[in-house]
Amino acid sequence: MTTRLLEAVGRAVLRLLEELGRFFTMLGRVLLWAPQPPYDLPELVRQMVVVGVNSIPVVFLTTLFTGMVLALQGYHAFSKFNATSLVGSVVALSLMQELSPVLSALMVTGRVGSAMAAEIGSMRITEQIDALKALATEPVQYLFVPRVLASVLMLPLLVVVGDVVGIFGGYFVAVHLLGSNPVTYYENSFEHVDMNDFTSGLIKAAVFGLIFSVVACVRGYYTTGGAEGVGRSTTQAVVVASLAILLSDFFLTRLLF
Amino acid sequence: MAAARPAKLRVESLHKSFGKLVVLDGIDLTVEAGESLVIVGPSGTGKSILLKHFIGLQRPDSGRVFVDGQNIWELSSIEQNALRKKFGMAFQEGALFDSMSVYQNVAFPLRHSGRSPAQVRARVQECLDLVQLPDVGAKRPAELSGGMRRRVGFARAIAHEPEILLFDEPNTGLDPITTDIIAEVILGIRRQLRATIVTITHHMPSALKIGDRLALLFGGHIRFEAPPQQFMTSSDPAVRQFVEGRAHGPLTREFEGSTRKEILEAR
Repeated sequence: MTTRLLEAVGRAVLRLLEELGRFFTMLGRVLLWAPQPPYDLPELVRQMVVVGVNSIPVVFLTTLFTGMVLALQGYHAFSKFNATSLVGSVVALSLMQELSPVLSALMVTGRVGSAMAAEIGSMRITEQIDALKALATEPVQYLFVPRVLASVLMLPLLVVVGDVVGIFGGYFVAVHLLGSNPVTYYENSFEHVDMNDFTSGLIKAAVFGLIFSVVACVRGYYTTGGAEGVGRSTTQAVVVASLAILLSDFFLTRLLF
Repeated sequence: MAAARPAKLRVESLHKSFGKLVVLDGIDLTVEAGESLVIVGPSGTGKSILLKHFIGLQRPDSGRVFVDGQNIWELSSIEQNALRKKFGMAFQEGALFDSMSVYQNVAFPLRHSGRSPAQVRARVQECLDLVQLPDVGAKRPAELSGGMRRRVGFARAIAHEPEILLFDEPNTGLDPITTDIIAEVILGIRRQLRATIVTITHHMPSALKIGDRLALLFGGHIRFEAPPQQFMTSSDPAVRQFVEGRAHGPLTREFEGSTRKEILEAR
């Protein structure tokens, strides 16, 4: 019983270390290949559209409702201490620093990370990855660099969209449903907010973009075992990336504030 | 013909296992510049794995791989990539990029070759004509039959006129006429490009036609290698069994258990 438990723990630790090793190896290879010519700008733009532009609706809805719920709940809680004037600040701060980056990253992971892992995974099992190499085209450069770059660039922009939409959602609920004074709410919203609160959220978003895209590339690249394997890689990409985003969020928050 | 020509490709005591399954157990093989080597052997003996070692798609557990005297695994990934510009490789199932059209697939190796768009178009058409598929350029790989995909993969491998060509069963599963056409095309490329060619095939008439030398891979070793005439008249019982296509003999006796399926699963 004890031995089996220890074995299970050992296996889990080994898998974690293996995953970490693969992540940082892949990150290193992406950094090595990113500056090598030729540069494939059209592909980068295409990936920016896939990661960024096409994710706007999802991020829009997610942050809109998050902002609305924050205002609603904040209002009920703060009314107990007669501090409803703080609702605007709380909504703006929690969105910028935490909720917009994390929720956007999780949504994009589900939407784009899964698709990346599935695409690269099926290329792996049909020997297309080998074919790329055989045609003197490094898969890291051709497939992964544009995906990772696009993710790192576009996630912060999505977070800007999320910030604006979420704050608007909070404003809408507070002013139109709960009857706050529009001018006071607006002023209160930005009273306690400085530039650093905004930029720290963008830094988080860039790191999350890096995490989910590299994880998706790693899971896709190491796919084995046919169609079933592609399914497994896709699921693992989303689970691993989501957990890694939540974990790293804690450390980033410690670091940035 | 041998001695004067330098080794284009060479593998030395190559070992490769997948899990417990030993696939290559000490392979030594040299391919001279301009030579056409054909590797034959029963299915599942690791011929494709061996071929992938030549171009560095598989990393040996031990042993060395040389291309033009350079040890592939002593190079950085950037240098390896540059080295692969010398190669063209056709994969068993074609391995076409399914996000692209057939035309884009064949044009892929010509992207950074300094050719003008008109030259690229002409070369792509020439290659598609060679494999008897002049009108499929606009199609997607998913719309093609298996045999057609294989032929497009072949066209893509030769498009950039590489020095070294690796063909993984280029004519398996094709009708007899196309099978022979592919063999003719390989012969033609040889004359035209003076390329070094390594081909895997089960089809003995093609092997005899295109090979300067035939090697029988079996049990992780090169069991026998010789020019076509000697190969056909060899008294080695394993060679005889393969050439005559008999179900019983040393190949099938020693060959219990390790099937291609197992290799794939172990991978």
